[in-house]
Amino acid sequence: MEEALQNQKINILAPTNQLSANHSHSRRRRGEKAIEKILVLCAAIFILAIFLITLFIFAKGMPLIAKIGLGDFLFNTQWSPTKGMYGIGSMFIGSVLITLGALIWTVPLGLSTAILMAEIAPPRIGTILGNLINLLAGIPSVVYGFIGLIVIVPFIRENLGGNGMSLLAGAIILGIMILPTLINISRDSLLAVPREYKEGSLALGATHFQTISRVMVPAAKSGIITAVVLGMGRAIGETMAVVMVTGNAAIIPGSILEPVRTMTSNIVLEMGYASGDHQTALFATGMVLFVFIVILNLSINLFAKGGQGIGRN
Amino acid sequence: MDVTKQKDKIIYALFWLSGLIIVAILVSIIGYVMVKGISSISLAFLLEAPRRAGAQGGISTTIAGTVYLTVLALLIAVPIGVGAAVYLEEYAHSQSKFASIVNLTAETLAGIPSIVFGLFGFVFLVIFLDLGWSLLSGSITVAIMILPTITRTAQEAILTLPREYRENSLALGASKWQTIWKVILPFALPGIVTGIILSIGRAIGETAALILTAGSSLGMPMSVFDPARTMSVHLYMLAMEGISMDRAFGTAFLIIILILIINYLANLSLRKFSQAVR
Repeated sequence: MEEALQNQKINILAPTNQLSANHSHSRRRRGEKAIEKILVLCAAIFILAIFLITLFIFAKGMPLIAKIGLGDFLFNTQWSPTKGMYGIGSMFIGSVLITLGALIWTVPLGLSTAILMAEIAPPRIGTILGNLINLLAGIPSVVYGFIGLIVIVPFIRENLGGNGMSLLAGAIILGIMILPTLINISRDSLLAVPREYKEGSLALGATHFQTISRVMVPAAKSGIITAVVLGMGRAIGETMAVVMVTGNAAIIPGSILEPVRTMTSNIVLEMGYASGDHQTALFATGMVLFVFIVILNLSINLFAKGGQGIGRN
Repeated sequence: MDVTKQKDKIIYALFWLSGLIIVAILVSIIGYVMVKGISSISLAFLLEAPRRAGAQGGISTTIAGTVYLTVLALLIAVPIGVGAAVYLEEYAHSQSKFASIVNLTAETLAGIPSIVFGLFGFVFLVIFLDLGWSLLSGSITVAIMILPTITRTAQEAILTLPREYRENSLALGASKWQTIWKVILPFALPGIVTGIILSIGRAIGETAALILTAGSSLGMPMSVFDPARTMSVHLYMLAMEGISMDRAFGTAFLIIILILIINYLANLSLRKFSQAVR
């Protein structure tokens, strides 16, 4: 009733509607309703997309897992499609190792850069660094893979031994790629720490560094953990850069100089010619990856909600 | 006290060092590709079609593939993404369950790795809908990937609109949709443009999902149902199969230049946006 009254008022005021207020009124209302429906549909497409992705990946991957069992699929290290053996154990371990390798050197580097930008450097330099880091985030993964193949792989081959295509090369390239995620989110959470915390600490006689290490970083902890988890998600899901530098042998590497194959590499390498059970096994690999990433993202949403978005931008 | 200060100085130097390392990584990557790639660039490289799997000739068809694919993906994703943002910010109630589910799925979608999108595009678009390896399959896949970016940037832009704008427009007798179309969207335009620019960057760089959905044909795509190879897929093939490192460098050079331009434009529109807000 109130709404109707309000609309009536609007119609009286609107010059275009004065001639046939009643007629155009109902038409406009119908138009407004139709527009709202279209907009709801736009929003619903997100839900539809997730639903379809889940449905089709599971429908395609599940049969193989049902056939050989989830334990066998995940932990058996025998992957030889020609013999009908589909265990992704070595690739699962490969993905975990390469992700750990990338995190080991980038978490300290990323965190200290975030602290530099948020706390130490003058704002202007912080902004410039921020722009450069966004640029780093914008470089496509295939370009990183190419650089890795041309520069890092030969460097490892000549200086450290092996053929260069290795876990180490993958961890280096992947690390560079997740740095922007780590830095940006950690910096934002450091900047979000209330000023009083810092001022209080300084007023109590703590030095700037003591304030950073004992007050700021602990206060920003949940944001920093979010950054690391998101970086982890990026690293596990990354495909092109990894496939180009790791050599892709489906074995458990004995050292960081040996080749590895990740779950993502496995899909992109073999999808082109796979059929039957083999293709199903690749979808099952994608399914494992998908479930893993969704769990990571949901856990961030539930436990460490810092308001930061997920993904590269 | 002096000892602590001394120690702080050394630690500060370490922080600055980490910043320097980041800058050095970035500069050396971009510098390396630029220096090594510039000599491969010529008019023929840009305008000639690739021959013998890319070992000879230029990369014209892959440039066309990249442009078609990006434009198509934007045509699909921008209306849907902006529409969803308008719904979430202007229509949905703040505690609406539907809206919170949409927001959650958007975040989830943004985190899914591109290879999983590729698998989905392959089984759903290429096989189930029988679109084959084609520009259409590839661009729908990329459109789903960029939707979250477009929606989020549009949402953020709409959120910054001062309340009075909306109220004044409604008070003047404009309908809700007129207010959205004439007041809110023009105001949010710089934010929307930023989202589009970022999405273009993503589309240009996308590789894994496109190998599985757009195919890797080197022919010139003549319709949306033709398969197409983008520059990024081409770079992967050239480098991985050792077809031609010269041409791989040239392609990487072009991709980096595009990314630099996109990054510059994104910064520009962001700055405009924050000025508009002020």
